[in-house]
Amino acid sequence: MTATAGLGTVTGAGSVEPPRPVRRGRRSGRRWRWAVLAVLGLYFVVPIAASVWFTVRDRGRGGVTARYYTGIPGAEGFASAITRSVLLAVLTVLIALLLMLPTIVLVDLRLPRLRTTVELLTLLPLVLPPIALVVGVRSVLSWAPDYFYGTPLADAMFALQKPSLPWILVLVYVVLALPFVYRALDAGVRGADLRTLTEAARNLGASWPRVLATVVLPVLRTSVLNAAFLTFALVMGEYTIAVILGFVTFPTWIVQTSGSQPQLSVSVSVLSLAITWGLLLLISALDRRRGGKDTA
Amino acid sequence: MSVSVGGTPAVVGTAAELRDRPGVTVRLEGLTRRYGSVLALDGLDLDIAGGELIALLGPSGCGKTTALRAIAGFERPDAGRVRLDGRDITDVPASKRDMGMVFQAYSLFPNLTVAENVAFGLKVRRRGKAEQKRRAAELLELVGLGDRGGRYPHQLSGGQQQRVALARALAVAPQVLLLDEPLSALDAQVRVQLRDEIRRLQLEVGITTVFVTHDQAEALSVADRVGVLRAGRLEQVAGPDELYERPATAFVAQFVGTMNRLPATLVDGGVQLLGTRRPVAGAVPRGAEVVALVRPEALVVTADPAGAGRVVHRVFSGAMTRLTVALPDGVEVQADVVSAGSGDLVTGSTVTVAVAERPVLVAPDEPEP
Repeated sequence: MTATAGLGTVTGAGSVEPPRPVRRGRRSGRRWRWAVLAVLGLYFVVPIAASVWFTVRDRGRGGVTARYYTGIPGAEGFASAITRSVLLAVLTVLIALLLMLPTIVLVDLRLPRLRTTVELLTLLPLVLPPIALVVGVRSVLSWAPDYFYGTPLADAMFALQKPSLPWILVLVYVVLALPFVYRALDAGVRGADLRTLTEAARNLGASWPRVLATVVLPVLRTSVLNAAFLTFALVMGEYTIAVILGFVTFPTWIVQTSGSQPQLSVSVSVLSLAITWGLLLLISALDRRRGGKDTA
Repeated sequence: MSVSVGGTPAVVGTAAELRDRPGVTVRLEGLTRRYGSVLALDGLDLDIAGGELIALLGPSGCGKTTALRAIAGFERPDAGRVRLDGRDITDVPASKRDMGMVFQAYSLFPNLTVAENVAFGLKVRRRGKAEQKRRAAELLELVGLGDRGGRYPHQLSGGQQQRVALARALAVAPQVLLLDEPLSALDAQVRVQLRDEIRRLQLEVGITTVFVTHDQAEALSVADRVGVLRAGRLEQVAGPDELYERPATAFVAQFVGTMNRLPATLVDGGVQLLGTRRPVAGAVPRGAEVVALVRPEALVVTADPAGAGRVVHRVFSGAMTRLTVALPDGVEVQADVVSAGSGDLVTGSTVTVAVAERPVLVAPDEPEP
């Protein structure tokens, strides 16, 4: 509409000036941009701001207090829940990377025809609802006392469900993290000519483990970091599976606590949000430093 | 940019060190490699002398890169052997072959500095820190980048990156240097410069070198011998001048340099073309249908108002000017004339084309390869 009007103006005036309506369009575009940004900002900022206000407002006395935040470390169950979740996250990151990094490198260098297959396989967890996954896992785990009691298999299945460090959660989280890990690593592999680089290193006498450690890993550093971060954040925020399998993790602890100490649980949530942001900023800062070096 | 040839003592020292291992021979015996239905190497035999620079030349898909990768150990031949100094290395993995390779694509490790890149092979070989540093500095000096050791690869131009790749390949004092179209990603000017530098370094170091290229000018200008490949087989291996003057097959004749195909007939003991008779160079093909293969510089063009030819195109290139002349029967020929005396041979002028007095190559009249 504006474009047609603009043409009309130009031909009518016979002027060589840039058509005004384009400028007006640009200006109104900017206005729209701000409007969209404002709506989006409100959408994200209001709940967070409300949460923060909820945790710092000193009810009764009025004014502001940091009481709920200082109380976090000593809160009952907090320390064990957060260490367990961090441990689960670290283990998940390690296993997912150990599994996917060699796979993706191998597919890129030797089996390019399998790329689509691997991609589809890693996407399955996104298509499959987590609830279906966890119900399946739970019924398989229940076979241990029902059918295998007293066998090593049952012992192994019980060992997976130790409440202090539930390995079964690590296994399920690795599956859930596959799509993110694959996507992140694949982006890195596509951007680098791994084939030539590995051949150059092989030609100079490097063994395969050395090629992986000194050539492939550094080249994929950013995407490995991205994959690790996404997986870490996923595990630190996962609630459904942990609660259905009956384990206490950081998210389930927050929900448990919210009943009796709402301010505490919300302040923990705010804190974890801040930590996540911090990590995200750290990664992009690392990335940018590298990018800066690239253009220097 | 410039590298002094044996000028400074440091350069001489490095070259002498590299020369500690005089060029070894490489022998390919019946190399065969098949990709699905495509035969990339079809029983390739080749003997490469120690210290020789041999260029493998051919159109894309002729198997030249596959042959190089078989020497490097990146490609396992389906049949045939690779021998290094008489030793069978067909089953030796690439990392144990002791060969330096420069790739077509930029292959420097992006996370390492230029000096670290050059020292990579030495580090793998567990040489001391001091030696790594010294060798890297020497080799960078050798390729004219002595002051760039601390830079990262992305801070260098394409030509500089390939120089570093060359230094990196030479740093480990390899037995053979393999060059896989190392210049094809570079600008024309840099290409010529680096080409000549590679040749000079190679002579200085005396290392056996295999240079794969699809650019015939490149092959002719640097190689001791050129092997022309076609469909996985060698058509001819010969020195550049022999290849140019006495091509063994019509394919070689037309792939190396520019070659005119002129209609001709065989008459007893000679060949009849453009109204004159010339002796036949080399073998006389059987059958009456033949074409004469004539280089542009072997054609003599003279302005002649009654001539049968007409100049349709004229490209000035310094000392020589290349004319495209249309002859009757729809034949077009390319002829090189000395620019200084070609003022009257303008586009549109009528001319006579004759063949210089020397033996003429004759080939069966088959479709162009």
